[in-house]
Amino acid sequence: MSDIAIQASGLGRAFGDMWAVRGLELEVRRGEIFGLVGPDGAGKTTTMRMLTGILAASEGDATVAGFSIQDGDEEIKARISYMSQRFGLYGDLTVEENLRFYADLYEVPRRDREPLEERLLGFSNLTPFRKRQARNLSGGMKQKLGLACALIHKPEILFLDEPTNGVDPVSRRDFWRILYAMLKEGVTIFVSTAYLDEAERCTRVGLMHRGRLIQCDTPQKLKQGLTGQLLELETEQPRVAREALAAQLGSGRVSLFGGMLHLYTEDTTEAEQVRGILKEAGTTILAEKIITPTLEDVFIHQVTQDDAEAPA
Amino acid sequence: MSTDYAVEVHDLTRKFGDFVAVDHVSLSVKAGQVFGFLGPNGAGKSTTIRMLCGLLLPSSGSGQVAGFDIMTESETIKRHIGYMSQKFSLYDDLSVEENIDFFSGIYNVPRATRRERKDWVLEMAGLADKRDNLTRSLAGGWKQRLALGCAVLHEPPILFLDEPTSGVDPLSRRQFWDLIAQMAHQGTTVFVTTHYMEEAEYCDELALISRGKMIAKGTPAELKTIIPEDILEIRVENPFEALEQLENSGLVKDVALFGDTLHAVVEDADAATVAVGDFLTEHGLASTGIVQVRPSMEDVFVSLVELEDRKSAEGAQT
Repeated sequence: MSDIAIQASGLGRAFGDMWAVRGLELEVRRGEIFGLVGPDGAGKTTTMRMLTGILAASEGDATVAGFSIQDGDEEIKARISYMSQRFGLYGDLTVEENLRFYADLYEVPRRDREPLEERLLGFSNLTPFRKRQARNLSGGMKQKLGLACALIHKPEILFLDEPTNGVDPVSRRDFWRILYAMLKEGVTIFVSTAYLDEAERCTRVGLMHRGRLIQCDTPQKLKQGLTGQLLELETEQPRVAREALAAQLGSGRVSLFGGMLHLYTEDTTEAEQVRGILKEAGTTILAEKIITPTLEDVFIHQVTQDDAEAPA
Repeated sequence: MSTDYAVEVHDLTRKFGDFVAVDHVSLSVKAGQVFGFLGPNGAGKSTTIRMLCGLLLPSSGSGQVAGFDIMTESETIKRHIGYMSQKFSLYDDLSVEENIDFFSGIYNVPRATRRERKDWVLEMAGLADKRDNLTRSLAGGWKQRLALGCAVLHEPPILFLDEPTSGVDPLSRRQFWDLIAQMAHQGTTVFVTTHYMEEAEYCDELALISRGKMIAKGTPAELKTIIPEDILEIRVENPFEALEQLENSGLVKDVALFGDTLHAVVEDADAATVAVGDFLTEHGLASTGIVQVRPSMEDVFVSLVELEDRKSAEGAQT
């Protein structure tokens, strides 16, 4: 068995004249958790649908679990699981009936089922709710049940398309506990997410924009790749200060965070200008320090820059 | 009726059959504030918002929204607020401009100011060159800003936003919050629910509900001082492995992934720093740094909700 789980070369898909994804080069090793991030419409879902054999590629090729998406889609489907944004739970079936339904669908041998079912229910804290109809679960519980169903046939590779949208922080933690347990058993995970704190814990992260992969590396390296600095400013009137700085320096570079202002700067001499702007706005800086950027800062900077460089 | 509070309600309760969705919730929101309303899925956030907007009659309780009585003046309240739900109630088969015209009609925007308001929405949402596009063809961030624009066409003094950024990408989310900050700056009161804990940091005041009951209120800074435990941030080569080991170590009350680090809840930061460091070393998981940090909003949220869940489980047993 090769240690490459997913490999795409020159992969692309057009809808009419519009290329949703083009020239995608990507390699995911077995046992990795790979995070795909990018703005809405960047091509994340299209990529995932090509890799899972649901959507045919217009050009290029990819191998998934050792099979080409061109002619091996049946083999691929038997070895992967795909949890789409609208995962098909049956609202009028109970939690355990949904699990059994997917176990039947994937022909999971009977003797393996019970321990696996118990484990998945336990992991997702759904054991007390096993007799509840899926439609009466909260949003977070539904997502956890969807994940449990996607895992019942022990896939080699798990694809998750923005699985935690609208899920509260407590359920999100449960969800990631399950992912970790799967990772430990050697499952490769390919996940797209709008939560960049989730992307921070992936082995590697790909940033997609306008159908292309514009960055791909470990979270650490992506953050080191930022050329500028992030300043945290404590000011007397943070709202007033934000408005003033946004008006002068562009609103993409300044944001409010818990009463603090975060300002991205590539030019260390800019501090003087910032002080001037704030003074004019009638407020002053009480404290300032340089802070470590998060992946969200990287995301916003790279996407904004890529937009600025794109031909109109 | 004049008041410093845009929203002021006492003991707001809503039952559906035997189920108490919202249980004696009291809250007050100062005019011009951004007020964040947090809670787990199914805690009663949307039900509360729908009552405050005059869309759902409370089973009991009292109070006012925009100066109008929530029990007797719900129709008037509707005209004085803006409401944007999770599902952005736009018409997909209408163009951007047609949606704006439609909502202008619904909200009785005076004819004389309609054009001006439309231009304002197009400008604010960055949709001026997309005015003729079908709404269904817009990406999530554009749609969200259009929905926001339509919700404030009639310049309401109070804006209710129910998970406005769910599933929207980080860049659009940040642009959205920039718009919210501008509106608050100009005096609009904003009442918003979210599951993104970093967005809770943008709010002036927060309230946290769980199982229909209010469990905490305060500014973001105040809420961070509510939990009695200390938080350690642990940097380690393999956070997943360290998470599992620490969970069973008996050294921490709780531990969770936080970005690429771990956050552990401990009784005493100094003692635990040493103990956790030694433990990780013994298990071949040398850490590159353990420091006490201020609790994040997520630490606060999870800690308070889990405490409430434990209390309610104990209550059920006795």
